[in-house]
Amino acid sequence: MIEKTDVVIIGAGPVGLFAVFELGLLNIECHLVDNLDKVGGQCAELYPEKPIYDIPSRPVVTGQELTDELIKQINPFKPKFHLNQQVEKIAKTEYGWIVETNIGTKVEAKCIVIAAGAGSFVPRKPPIENIENFENKNVFYAIRDKSIFKNKKLLIAGGGDSALDWTNELSKDSNVTLIHRRKEFRAAPDSVSKMQELETKGKIKFLKGQIKKILKIQDSKIMLEYENDDKRLNIEVDYFLPFFGLKMELGPIAEWGLNLHENLIKVDTEKFETSTPSIFAIGDINWYPGKLKLILSGFHESALMAQEVFKYCFPDKKNIFRYTTSSKELQKKLGV
Amino acid sequence: MPKLIITDRSGKKSEIEYDCNLTLMETLRDNGYDIEASCGGCCACATCHVYIDEKWTDKLKNMDDDEESMLDQAFDVKTSSRLSCQINLSEELDGLEIEIAPE
Repeated sequence: MIEKTDVVIIGAGPVGLFAVFELGLLNIECHLVDNLDKVGGQCAELYPEKPIYDIPSRPVVTGQELTDELIKQINPFKPKFHLNQQVEKIAKTEYGWIVETNIGTKVEAKCIVIAAGAGSFVPRKPPIENIENFENKNVFYAIRDKSIFKNKKLLIAGGGDSALDWTNELSKDSNVTLIHRRKEFRAAPDSVSKMQELETKGKIKFLKGQIKKILKIQDSKIMLEYENDDKRLNIEVDYFLPFFGLKMELGPIAEWGLNLHENLIKVDTEKFETSTPSIFAIGDINWYPGKLKLILSGFHESALMAQEVFKYCFPDKKNIFRYTTSSKELQKKLGV
Repeated sequence: MPKLIITDRSGKKSEIEYDCNLTLMETLRDNGYDIEASCGGCCACATCHVYIDEKWTDKLKNMDDDEESMLDQAFDVKTSSRLSCQINLSEELDGLEIEIAPE
């Protein structure tokens, strides 16, 4: 099934969210796609608790508060979110574009707005030589089907929530060893104490150290070398599950033929349109002379972008500029 | 102006001048070193990882818990590891020697 809308926004960070507002005021309907399982982008994923001091009229606001308030602000426009997926392909159609994600969601829209920040969040891969040859066989960065690990020997690496939560969960049916560079963990205290309890009971094993090498694969098992206080030791397991958080990369966007400037998308400063008509780029992902990577710049860019998108969506209509303070029609849309 | 001695990822050593109002990460970035610093310097990622020359360890302010726990997301962590966004430069650090950690 192909869903239809006016605009697909790629990226549900603060700038993508505010674009829904600016487009919504012009009666333009939006769908948003984001690779994370939540909205808010970097603000929600990297620094939900950290204060931001340069949002106009907000002397201090945390990443999560900013996200929550933007959601409240755009709620009247009922945007549709497609989370946990990444836009992989786009194809030109007579109507506009078909956008397809890695899990098969297809949305057709008049315009595409790329608000992808520094790119998609993807797992951070340890810099181990040849690790890519073992990925999805003996090495997994995320777990989709835990049943394959049943009764197997696992090595989990990392000290954050994913590492600890999976250590606790998978220890029920598998032989789990957790390896981390120190005895302290950044994961939630609850998960840490549960893991320590499992270790005391002998249900899991903890190793202090860092994985350095994958040595070989034999009878479907994988042999790894790790460093512990200058000693080099080996461990053999069925599966290695490294959890070192997420990093950002441009991903499939780089393949769409848009003009780039050092991995950023070139736009004009009147419409924020890319080198491909009806594809726009706003926020940290775009580049133009004088660009500043600030949330407030992204907000400004989304307002100007919306003016141009209006022309694609309603080619026969005249766009009359109005203020939310005085326009009864805009206030009706906002439900105020 | 005070100076830093930087070893980049290819092993090349160079000297740069610095401004005391900046962090080490900002100074590296502004001098064109390949340092991602994806969170922008708020100690929310580990992509500005550097090694501090042993002679200088004691002259730096100790690492706080936030920084220590962010280092969990870095690789090849050593006792000399620091996140460069958490190092405020000052006159006393004139001559500081650092190495940019592998990506």
